[in-house]
Amino acid sequence: MIKTMLKIPHWLLAGALALGATLAQAADTIKVGVLHSLSGTMAISETTLKDTVLMLIDEQNKKGGLLGKKLEAVVVDPASNWPLFAEKARELLQKEKVAVVFGCWTSVSRKSVLPVFEELNGILFYPVQYEGEESSRNVFYTGAAPNQQAIPAVDYLMKDLGVKRWVLAGTDYVYPRTTNKILEAYLKAKGVKDDDILINYTPFGHSDWQSIVSDIKKFGSAGKKTAVVSTVNGDANVPFYKELGNQGVSAKDIPVVAFSVGEEELSGIDTKPLVGHLAAWNYFMSIKNKANDAFIKDWHAFIKNPKRVTNDPMEAHYIGFNMWVKAVEKAKTTDPDKVIDAMIGIEAPNLTGGVAKMLPNHHLTKPVFIGEIQADGQFDVVWKTKGLVEGDAWSDFLPGSKDIIADWADPKIKCGNYNTVTKTCSGQNYK
Amino acid sequence: MPSRTLIRAGFLTLALALLALFGASLARAAADDEEVRATLAQLRDADFDGKTELIEKLVTLNHSRVAAILQALSDSRLYFQEDPERIVIGSGDGAEIAIEDAVSGEALGQAGKRGLDRITANNRLRSLIENRLAGLGLASADPQQRKAAVEAFLRNPDPVGAAPLRARLEVETDTGIKELLALALALADLASDDATVRAKAATALGGQMQTEIRGPLTRMAAEDSDPAAREAARIALTRTEFRLQMLGWAETLFFGLSLGSVLILAAIGLAVTFGVMGVINMAHGELMMLGAYTTWLVQQWLPVNWSLPVAVPLAFLVAALVGIAIERGIIRFLYGRPLETLLATFGVSLILQQAVRSIFSPLNRSVASPDWMSGTILLGPLEVTLNRLVIVGFCIAVFAVLWLALQRTRLGLEVRAVAQNRAMARAMGVRSARVDALTFGLGSGIAGVAGVALSQLTNVGPNLGQSYIVDSFMVVVFGGVGNLWGTLVAGLSLGVANKLLEPWSGAVLAKILVLVFLILFIQKRPRGLFPQRGRAAEV
Repeated sequence: MIKTMLKIPHWLLAGALALGATLAQAADTIKVGVLHSLSGTMAISETTLKDTVLMLIDEQNKKGGLLGKKLEAVVVDPASNWPLFAEKARELLQKEKVAVVFGCWTSVSRKSVLPVFEELNGILFYPVQYEGEESSRNVFYTGAAPNQQAIPAVDYLMKDLGVKRWVLAGTDYVYPRTTNKILEAYLKAKGVKDDDILINYTPFGHSDWQSIVSDIKKFGSAGKKTAVVSTVNGDANVPFYKELGNQGVSAKDIPVVAFSVGEEELSGIDTKPLVGHLAAWNYFMSIKNKANDAFIKDWHAFIKNPKRVTNDPMEAHYIGFNMWVKAVEKAKTTDPDKVIDAMIGIEAPNLTGGVAKMLPNHHLTKPVFIGEIQADGQFDVVWKTKGLVEGDAWSDFLPGSKDIIADWADPKIKCGNYNTVTKTCSGQNYK
Repeated sequence: MPSRTLIRAGFLTLALALLALFGASLARAAADDEEVRATLAQLRDADFDGKTELIEKLVTLNHSRVAAILQALSDSRLYFQEDPERIVIGSGDGAEIAIEDAVSGEALGQAGKRGLDRITANNRLRSLIENRLAGLGLASADPQQRKAAVEAFLRNPDPVGAAPLRARLEVETDTGIKELLALALALADLASDDATVRAKAATALGGQMQTEIRGPLTRMAAEDSDPAAREAARIALTRTEFRLQMLGWAETLFFGLSLGSVLILAAIGLAVTFGVMGVINMAHGELMMLGAYTTWLVQQWLPVNWSLPVAVPLAFLVAALVGIAIERGIIRFLYGRPLETLLATFGVSLILQQAVRSIFSPLNRSVASPDWMSGTILLGPLEVTLNRLVIVGFCIAVFAVLWLALQRTRLGLEVRAVAQNRAMARAMGVRSARVDALTFGLGSGIAGVAGVALSQLTNVGPNLGQSYIVDSFMVVVFGGVGNLWGTLVAGLSLGVANKLLEPWSGAVLAKILVLVFLILFIQKRPRGLFPQRGRAAEV
């Protein structure tokens, strides 16, 4: 503890020096931090998001910038290294004095930077679907909470496809474990028996799926319609789907609905054996409307490659960025406290023809789509929710969190972890 | 024996051809084009329930193009073209695809995909189409096609479809199809309202292994309202229990062998560089990655079915050249300093990874599998996946070639001589520096070849090598450094052990258990399964 306390003056000194040196420059630009891995295992997903933010900044500058100033991107590379995320976040906030940060992909990287953002009072926009059970004053969650992806997907399988038996397959880390816990509780509440749920975890980057696919086949041969709900992450999906295709598990027999497989992941796979498998997202590239067509056109022009795809986390950054711009315009300053307060209630159009609204719990309203994989690596929407679904930070289906709410607007609450029964705010765990 | 998917594809082509003939001969009864066009026009805006009705209507229309249209809908190749307004069938990939008129079949040249609106199908529609196309094939003169029609019914038994099957049983002459028809009818009877009919059907289905039949039986044994029917279903299931269990064990064994052969492929190049030369090469995984990327590059130029035989020698060459460059450029200055070699090659591995990321982008590349490596094949009663089978064979071939190269060629002799006693080998006139470079090149080249095999199983991306490097060292150390046979036995036994543990402990724990076992084993026998004997080993 003493060590960190001693360190702070050094940091402040360095920060002050840097500020002094770049004062002239800082006066006419607003700095926007981009905290996405450009090397290491997560580069595959995060590089695209870095480019997305750069494109959005570019477009905003073409429109004349913000508050009369140009936006300037500050890109750092946390290299898929979780502790480095925290260091780079500190660098962005203290040394570069950025007004806002767009970044992170994995939950562990978000957990790693969270104390930094709370300590230094920064603003983070987090664009990926995640397990929920969190709401920080300094973070805006523009991806889906479990009730905006997992629960509607299960509802679709249950009602439209008549699924009775469930395989919950995931990679062994926090997002799949929490999501599966929520789903298991939800399924049981719907009357599914223990025998009809099979839960399976695999290590990161698992590449030998023979036994597991064979087990799924056996589990699915009990004469009841079976589906796989997959929270398998990243690279492990390719061998998983390949094995499914090779062992002849077609979507007609046992559909797989995935929460981490989007257009970007499919562009690295031969999709022919996967036709008909499902994914649940809040955005698909194939959705046709003017805003999406324009976004895709801009993206292809910016990245100079007409074959590149767009995906859900990109839309999340698109929404998040536009919301931040609106909030700054409303607050007429980039001061974090004022912007954070201005953010709640801000509305920005999404790319699927609707409007996203920032809720008091720092989550968004989103439509939920179920898409089927097509031979060209795109998804065809086969189902969508009637209206917009409000993101729920704390799941109603977990015994520990069903009484917890997050509300940063109500002056009586102002808390991300408020127990409605005991009327206390316990704050985040690391306080 | 071709794979299942192939059979299905073949059958569908046949169905289309025969239906076309059938339609032509019945021209007077066929619906006119306009009626089909009118039905298709509604397809675009219909929801999935509406589409179901429209498909049923199309089937009754008896038009020569119905089968082709339905197949295209099922394959997501049916489009609505906005300008001019018409329904077309597309073929090919890419932004521009070839189109033909859905109703007349007339070719209409190329069209851009953005101007085409795909008519979507979902899984339910695809099942329905498969079923209806099969129904159309039941009256076919070709026994293959009739068989496929009954099999399609077995896959999704629908009480409505049972009546034509019953009618067909009366006139069917082929004994194989007769048996299949009887099974299909018994399966339909399982859904009967009469408990005695259900029990009788269950007894008739006893001894059948297919999941399509075991599934409904299992459900019946658990849930049927009538105790006698439940009992009949239970007895029918027990008749196959023993065989299924045996089959399960055989399957696990095959999974183990196949995982083992992947481990061997990954490790065998290392067995040469680490085992024979004693160089700890942390960039071994990246050499495999280069092999996988070579496969991808080859696929950009050659058709998928021919790409692999070309990719294997090319990958060997690419990886071997890079390997020789690493040896000449870095490793030769570090012989006898294992720690520095480890650090230097680790640096090389990072450089190679980031180089690939910069050149090919950090995204994975999609490497397609050739037709002859897709699907399953029946080995006796055991259904095995073709790609795994090919890789097991490939692994044996690579091992055999390497073993022969080391035992029977002059280079092999020199390699072994330098490995056993460098000073003596030099005294006998062996140019040890050249041998070192070539040996390292050989080991690296084999890593490249392994990369070709891995490209068929996993991601081709910058991280490919990292996920296999630990496994490869594990195999070499377990087998005994400097012993190819040790690598073979170690790889196979680790693979089988992993797969035996997996169903019982889960994939995460299985991996940990194997590592723990290995640590304990190395404590007891530091030199691995087959330690090298002789004077050289003592140095």
